Amino acid sequence: MSSISRRWTPPPLIANRALRYGVYAGLCLYLLVAFSTIEFNWTRMSEGAARAGNLFAGFLRPDFTSRWDDIEAGLLESLTMTVTSTIVGIILSIPFGIGAARNIAPAPVYAFCRAFIAVARSLQEVIIAIFLVVLFGFGPFAGFLTLAFATIGFLAKLLAEDIEDCDPAPLEAIRATGAGWWQVLAYAILPQVAPRLIGLSLYRVDINFRESAVVGIVGAGGIGATLNTAMDRYEFDSAAAILLIIIGIVLACEYASGYIRAKVQ
Amino acid sequence: MPVSLSHDGERHWNRRTSRTEWLRFAGWLALAMLFIFTWRVMTQDTIWAFVLDAPRQAADIGSRMWPPRWSYMSALWKPLWDTINMATLGTLLAVILAVPVAFLTARNTTPSVVFIRPVALLVIVSSRSINALIWALLLVTILGPGVLAGVIAIALRSVGFIAKLLYEAIEEINIEPVEAIRATGASAPQVLAWGIWPQITPAFAGISVFRWDINIREATVLGLVGAGGIGVNLESSMNTLAWPQVTLILIVILATVIVSEWVSAKIRHALL
Repeated sequence: MSSISRRWTPPPLIANRALRYGVYAGLCLYLLVAFSTIEFNWTRMSEGAARAGNLFAGFLRPDFTSRWDDIEAGLLESLTMTVTSTIVGIILSIPFGIGAARNIAPAPVYAFCRAFIAVARSLQEVIIAIFLVVLFGFGPFAGFLTLAFATIGFLAKLLAEDIEDCDPAPLEAIRATGAGWWQVLAYAILPQVAPRLIGLSLYRVDINFRESAVVGIVGAGGIGATLNTAMDRYEFDSAAAILLIIIGIVLACEYASGYIRAKVQ
Repeated sequence: MPVSLSHDGERHWNRRTSRTEWLRFAGWLALAMLFIFTWRVMTQDTIWAFVLDAPRQAADIGSRMWPPRWSYMSALWKPLWDTINMATLGTLLAVILAVPVAFLTARNTTPSVVFIRPVALLVIVSSRSINALIWALLLVTILGPGVLAGVIAIALRSVGFIAKLLYEAIEEINIEPVEAIRATGASAPQVLAWGIWPQITPAFAGISVFRWDINIREATVLGLVGAGGIGVNLESSMNTLAWPQVTLILIVILATVIVSEWVSAKIRHALL
């Protein structure tokens, strides 16, 4: 016994010794190979260094004024897109969420809603936006449709999980009074999921604003289009101003939604 | 009390007083008006002829997209490899940067609540507010197009996400082991290593794997702004109207996302 070290070491994350070293070795090998396939273009980077300097200088002295008309138009588009897509998304996600809850939806409806949600969630907003721009033309309408679609994928899934996690006792009690399906929904399910639904909707406002800044890059309107133009022209001070505005609005949204959620829940 | 007496002397119970009832009504009305107003502002420049034409367009593009050009797959392996690498290396870099930020933000480990915590929070918020695609847009102009810009873009976006979830985990740790370690005369780094770190390891690993899974999805589109990966092929195929190739790329992206989601769910299940 005395030959065993008295030094204590914490138990490792993976108990099996062979598996542990195998995983570590595999990870190291993969990282080495992955790292070696990155191309470092040093001449291009040294050219870019001056631009990086300009960009940082832009953040220190952002230029809100010279492109303000474009920034204002972009912001207005982004904000209107955020509001409309969130509201439409919430309204549409409620039927999809109810349809995707196993405990209240019939099997074929459940399968359809789940499949729809899976597709809506796994495709990036930007990819959807590209297609909708092709179909509906440039401008915020395509962005609105993109964000509403993405909102359905996000909210309907969480709502469905919430409904499935509902306490079954009130459901049974309401059913025992002879209530129909709609009455069960209104008196047993809704009171249980409403607070979280409001919280998630507020969170989605936040996400939709952030995403509205992105879909503009592919032509779906909003502040992203303005940002893209500013970057293309190497007007880093205007770009920095736009980024600071985005950060400010997201921060304000986060504080506001935190405040409202604390009041509701 | 929301109880009212009707004319025949019966007592009626209402859920809300008429004052709250009116307030709620006003709230909903304001929301409806806001919606109508924003809708009008948003659609004032919309060309409705294009919108009405969309179903026909969709059918047209749909017919061009099918069948997918499977032979194009041979050109997609390298971009797919780049995409996965961008996600993995970006997540790794983000983790390295996020751990100190998280410790500086958590109330129970930050050296100064007044001075350092707000700065760390600002780092988290800035990183979270700006999408990876926008970071990529910035970095491509600085570093030039390629995988490197993608890796750093992914990392910069992920730092805020990982640091936020990690600092919340740090704030929820059990204080007793920390005090026990401190009582043995351990120094601050030792308390960190033996009292705090073991408590957050599962959360830390779970968050990292979760973000890796999200990053795979993000990495698929970074190529649209020139940051490497399968998005470059998507962009060039769309620009040349090679719709059968676009279909194949979308199928590959969907498959990759589903596999990565499955892998991440498995790993998180094993960890937690």
